[in-house]
Amino acid sequence: MSHTCLSAEGLHIRLGGRTLCQQLEVQIRPGQCWGILGQNGAGKTTLLHTLAGLHQAQRGRILLDEQDLQDLSRRDIARRIGLMPQDTHDDFPATVLETALMGRHPWLSRWQWESRHDVLLAEQALASTGLAGFARRSINTLSGGERRRLAFATLLTQSPQYLLLDEPANHLDLRYQQQIFQQLQILASQEHAILMVLHDINHAVHYCDHVVLIFNDGRTRAGKTMELLNEEQLSELYDCPIRQYRSGKQCWFSVADTAP
Amino acid sequence: MASAPRFLLPALGLLSVLSLLLGLSTGSVHVSPAELLAVFGGDKTSLSQSLILDLRLPRILSAFFTGALLALAGTLMQVLVRNPLADPYILGISGGAATAALLAMLAGLGGLWLSGSAFVGALLSMLLVFGLARSGSNWTPTRLLLTGVVMASGWGALISFILSISPNTSLRGMLFWLMGDLGYSHSPWLAAISLLAGLLLCWPLARDLNVLNRGDLVACALGIDSARLQILLFMLASFLTAIAVVQAGSIGFVGLVIPHLMRLLGATDHRVLLPSAALAGGSLLVLADTLARTLLAPQQLPVGIITALLGIPVFLYLLQRRARLT
Repeated sequence: MSHTCLSAEGLHIRLGGRTLCQQLEVQIRPGQCWGILGQNGAGKTTLLHTLAGLHQAQRGRILLDEQDLQDLSRRDIARRIGLMPQDTHDDFPATVLETALMGRHPWLSRWQWESRHDVLLAEQALASTGLAGFARRSINTLSGGERRRLAFATLLTQSPQYLLLDEPANHLDLRYQQQIFQQLQILASQEHAILMVLHDINHAVHYCDHVVLIFNDGRTRAGKTMELLNEEQLSELYDCPIRQYRSGKQCWFSVADTAP
Repeated sequence: MASAPRFLLPALGLLSVLSLLLGLSTGSVHVSPAELLAVFGGDKTSLSQSLILDLRLPRILSAFFTGALLALAGTLMQVLVRNPLADPYILGISGGAATAALLAMLAGLGGLWLSGSAFVGALLSMLLVFGLARSGSNWTPTRLLLTGVVMASGWGALISFILSISPNTSLRGMLFWLMGDLGYSHSPWLAAISLLAGLLLCWPLARDLNVLNRGDLVACALGIDSARLQILLFMLASFLTAIAVVQAGSIGFVGLVIPHLMRLLGATDHRVLLPSAALAGGSLLVLADTLARTLLAPQQLPVGIITALLGIPVFLYLLQRRARLT
């Protein structure tokens, strides 16, 4: 069991003439929940895409269960690594159920149609994201938050072992934010591995056991949340003064009040 | 809204048969259903036999297959550039074909030479767009679309130039390439074989197309080699369009309106959409051609005018109705 992991070895990513990440070493194991933090444009999304095999790194290797990602077919990867992108295209009409069912694509052979079992999986995923009554609705009629939940339901229908999510809480109100993170924690406890780009430090504090920090100059740090997330580290990461606040057992980070 | 109603494909099949029968029986000489049956039953004595089998049947089959080709190419092109406003001509293929055909006419060539030049022009335009839109491995729908649109306007300027220096006598024949006309298509077999090959090639990829509609990134993340799929889509859609243009000139609206119409009727899944579009495109062009032959008989109208007059109101009506439903 211990050798199953998604790992980066000496990963070096450049984009648009800028080094986004140098010499990244990270091992993401089933049961873990990782957060990626960094400023806007630091390269969080590019790192996520690179780990999903959707972007070519300049140097280094990505290993999926000890196999180089480059030696695997796209379909093989899609059965094990799933990505929930930052946004989706809804130019063409489709129903909510049809869209969720697309998650089954890597599991179906060319001539196969979605079976009753596939539809059941999609319906369960829709129900668990609060979209149970939406199956026949056209995706064009959904709100921003509903579209996010549909993207998550599609990922659940794909049911890969490694779930990579790009800002999963975007557009979601507090209740659904909490719901999606709780679902991810349950998945992690069932031998899935989670890796997500996060905007909110406190989501990482509350829901991630590990984090990757991407600094603007390409330096990275990866490790346990408890060890990496502190005032000094975060103030440097976001280039602004950040304080830690406590209330009982809870702790959270916020921009320091610098008003006179 | 229900997706892909079960009755859609059978209904379109029936519509295709009915439109073919209507096309066969309508014209300068009306042929009754009984006579039609007699001819197809092998009755060699019927007076209408040669009229139907030698004159009308090839033209009507040409119309059907050309319409089907255009609708299929339009559907594929819309996925390729991820834009529901794309039509088969958006990448300048018809412009390339028309320019080459007009140049051939100007040089005094005719017959097969003309069709051949048109086909070469279409392929040339296609390769130019393909080469220019791909810089390295970069291929975005926007870049492809912009390259195609600019190429198309370039061809447009060349066409205007050729028309302005051409002798008046050849203008009418030249109009064929620009408006579309089935009066010159004698053999439907090239279109038929291309359509069959096109459907056989793209139907197995229909589920991939559904996913590609959601964007390049989603397609890759769901296990599709989207770069390869898009090259195939480009080649296939361009080739089908080139065949349709060689067969009947640049007939507008079929390739744009039919895929939309089918989606509005609930065929959002390409496994249903591709065959539906082919059947509906074929039927529309047969009906339009029948009207073009009879509306101002004995004068024949370019069929492109009719497809526009038929297609646009139906499309606008469905769009309005859908806007009220959602």
